[in-house]
Formats: sequence, structure tokens, C-alpha cells
Amino acid sequence: MIGPRPYLRPAATSWWMHSPYLAYTLRELTGVAVAGYAIVLLAGLISLASGKSVYDAWLDFLRSPWSLALHLLFLIGMIAHVWTWFQIMPKTMPRLAFRGRIVPQNRIAVAGLAVATAAFVIIVLAAEWVQP
Amino acid sequence: MSSDPAQGAALREIVIEVLRYRSETDAHPVTQAYRVPFTDDMSVLQGLQYIKDHLDGTLSFRWSCRMAICGSCGMMIGTEPKLACMTFLRDYYPGPLAIEALAHFPIERDLVVSVSGFIKKIESIYPYLIPKTPRRLDQGEYSQTPLQLARFETFSDCINCMLCYAACPQFGENPDFIGPGAMVLLQRYNGDSRDGAQARRMELVHADNGAWSCTAVGYCSEVCPKQVDPANAVNQNKTKSAVDFFLHLGQARRGGGAP
Amino acid sequence: MGAAVKRSIAPVFWLPFGAGGMLAALTGPALVLITGLAGPTGIGISPGFMSFTRVTAFAQHPLGKLVLFGTIALFIWHGAERIYLTLRDMHAGGKLALMWICYGTAAALTLVAAGALLIIGVG
Repeated sequence: MIGPRPYLRPAATSWWMHSPYLAYTLRELTGVAVAGYAIVLLAGLISLASGKSVYDAWLDFLRSPWSLALHLLFLIGMIAHVWTWFQIMPKTMPRLAFRGRIVPQNRIAVAGLAVATAAFVIIVLAAEWVQP
Repeated sequence: MSSDPAQGAALREIVIEVLRYRSETDAHPVTQAYRVPFTDDMSVLQGLQYIKDHLDGTLSFRWSCRMAICGSCGMMIGTEPKLACMTFLRDYYPGPLAIEALAHFPIERDLVVSVSGFIKKIESIYPYLIPKTPRRLDQGEYSQTPLQLARFETFSDCINCMLCYAACPQFGENPDFIGPGAMVLLQRYNGDSRDGAQARRMELVHADNGAWSCTAVGYCSEVCPKQVDPANAVNQNKTKSAVDFFLHLGQARRGGGAP
Repeated sequence: MGAAVKRSIAPVFWLPFGAGGMLAALTGPALVLITGLAGPTGIGISPGFMSFTRVTAFAQHPLGKLVLFGTIALFIWHGAERIYLTLRDMHAGGKLALMWICYGTAAALTLVAAGALLIIGVG
């Protein structure tokens, strides 16, 4: 140690709302959309268990402009979740090798997004295919 | 090498504001401004050297290779952790350019931070090959395919510049977090096919101050001057640690194996 | 070598976070679109899609129960972990208090989901 008194700078407690960390905080907040949507589903499940009149009231709520706006926000949050999820996913994996070569991380991300897009299409088509 | 008007480029001036700290005279760090003439080819490091050579000989900062391989000149340049030798004054003109010691570390003097904490961390992860099957000299070398090398090679590129620690907000919150740089070195050995001490190093990973202090901000990998990708080193070990956690639970329940 | 370093319990919450995140990444947008926008309004989907009889039949089927419970629980645990870590970043409270609030709520909601599915029964 050179000097007799090293200076400890006071820790910043609001780092999470400033660049470059704001993007990370917004990414983490997509978790609110995921959990929020699940809670709406749970409310529906509870209504289902409570009988037809309660369930129909929940369906009426779903048709209200408030609910539609909320689900639009959920949708935006979910899409943001999908996009950022596959950016992080390669970081949680050891270096992947394919045919003797290390696979670049953005290729893994693109593959993940492709699978997610395919899953989206399949689920939506399956739901549309259901007859009344 | 200093700014030479004969180089032909018009000499512009940039104001550099350095956060000074001299423990013998300063109770707190103090900003001091300098007018530095520069040419477009001058790095921030050369700007600091100009200050020391011509304006203020008391300015203290670490540097050595001037070519981004020794890892000495890491500092906060305009609020971003960067190497001074590979950052250029022309990109901050007209300034003022704020320069400060590397974030999250105690300042010893001016732009010099205390590195002892970091050194202890990299020493703690058994930073040497502990061979899986030791070979005597007469048995010859350990063989490794190019793919086996590729699996850990980028982690061996780390120059210990500590920019990733300055970038990491979780290290800023918790100085006991082992941090991205130490995890890189850990993964350099754990990912080496010749090494057999993975379990020993994983004990450090499993701790709260190991991989689990990380929240995958990812800024460490963005600032790394050598594209080492410390975020990958830390987060792939979260996966390994989590899997090991549940395998270990199974062991403990069956009554076997020490923690 | 010294005493073994104490293990973190973070993996207990990180694995459901990961599973929920992957599930949400693959099914989230589609589910929000279907149950929150297309289904209620009947646009682009058969009108009786979310009718009481149909959804009850789904929830009474073992696979339907699995889908409903799995989706709701994993989405909630994913959100809980992210909200917990973000609240800690924001210095919103002490570590233990935030753990109880976030994970405790997630656990309670998981039990409620299980309870509701039990009440719905098997028809």
C-alpha cells in the first residue's frame, strides 16, 4: 500500500436507474409482466373454481378496455422478455461446439428466437384451429 | 513522444478534469482541470503523460505497455471504465473530459487504486493447473485438441485490468463478491481438459459471494478490452452450481458425502 | 485447506426462475394474445373458446391441470426472482425481508393455484 489513507468513494445507490444499467433494470422488470399475467390467469382459475357466474364475471372483465390495455402491456413485456432472454441464454451455457467449431453466441441467440417464433405460431394456430 | 506541431495536424486543446487525491494533504478527492494540447493520434494516456511532463509533475497514474496488454492503465474515462492507452482524446473533444480512478476500488493516490483485494481473489481460486492424470517429464506433454483449447482459450486472454470490476454494480454493492475477473481465471482452469480440480474451485462458486452475487447485468463483458466475456464465465457456473446443488441434495439425503 | 465455504440457497430459486423464463419465452406472447386479447374479444378465434364448460373440461383433465399449474407457478416464480433481485438493487429493503415478501407471496399464490385446481376436481 502506497498512501497511509486510501479513500473509499461513497457507494452509489441509484446506479440501477442510470445508463448503462437502466437497460438491465428494464429487462428485469419484464418479470413483472410475466408474473402479472400469471396472476390474471390465477384469478381466472379461482373464478373457475367458484362457479359459472363468477367465471363469467371474470370473462366480462377480460373484455373491458382496462383489461385489453393491460394485456397489451403484458404482450409488450412478454415480447421484451423473449428478446432479452435469448440474449442472456448463451451466457449461461459453456462454450458450445458444433462440428468441431465453437458456436458464436449470437448464433445461439438467433436459434433460440427462431424456436420461440415457431412456438408462437404453432400455439396460435392450434388455438385458432379449435372448433366452437 | 509528445504532441508535436510538426506532425501537421492542427493543434486543438481539450480540458481534462482529473479527480485528485493525496492522502497527506486532501481529506477528500478534489477535481483539478488541465488544458492539454493534442493531436488526433493521442491517447488519453498520452494526455496524462503530457500533464505530468509539462503541467503538473505530482499527478500519479499507472501505465506500462501503452498497447492494451499489461492491464495497468484502467480508469474511469468520462464515467466509463476504459484503458487510457486505447482511448483517444479526439473522441472527447472539446471536453471537459472527466477522469477518475477505477470505480468500486479504494483510491490510494490520484488515479491509482488499491489492487490487493483483487489479487487475493485471483490467488484464492487455485490459479494453476492441477492435472487430472499427472504426467512425469519422461512421459511427455499433455495433449489437447484445438477444440479442447478453444473451449477455454478466450478466458486465458484476461489481462487483469479490473475494468470488469469497475463495471459490475453488484461488486460495487458487495466488495466480497468474487467478481468477474476471478471467475474468468477460475473458468480458464475448470474448462481446461488437462485440469482435474474442478470440484475444489466449484466450492468457491457455490457461495453467496461466488457466482450467486451476479445478476447477469452483462456490462462486464461490454467493457472488457480483450473480449474475454466474463459474464459467460460467471453465468455458466451458475448453471453448473445449480445442477450440483440438487445432485448434492440427493447425496446428503442418502446419507453419503460430506458437504 | 480450511472449512468448506457455505453454499448459497440461491439455486432453489434460480432453477424455477430459469424454467419459468424459458417457458415464458416460448409460450408467453402466444398465451397473452390468446387468453387476453383474441379469446375475450372473439377476434381471430372461435367465440366459445374460453367458455365456462370448455375451460372447466380442460381444467378437469390431468394434462390441463398440469398445463395450468405449470404455467401459473413457473411464471410466478420467474417473476418473483426478478422482482426480488430488482428490489434489492433498488435498496427497497433488507435481504431477509425481501426474500420473505417475494418468495413468500410466490409460495402462497402457488398454493392457491393448487387449491383451485383441487376444487375444480376431475368432473
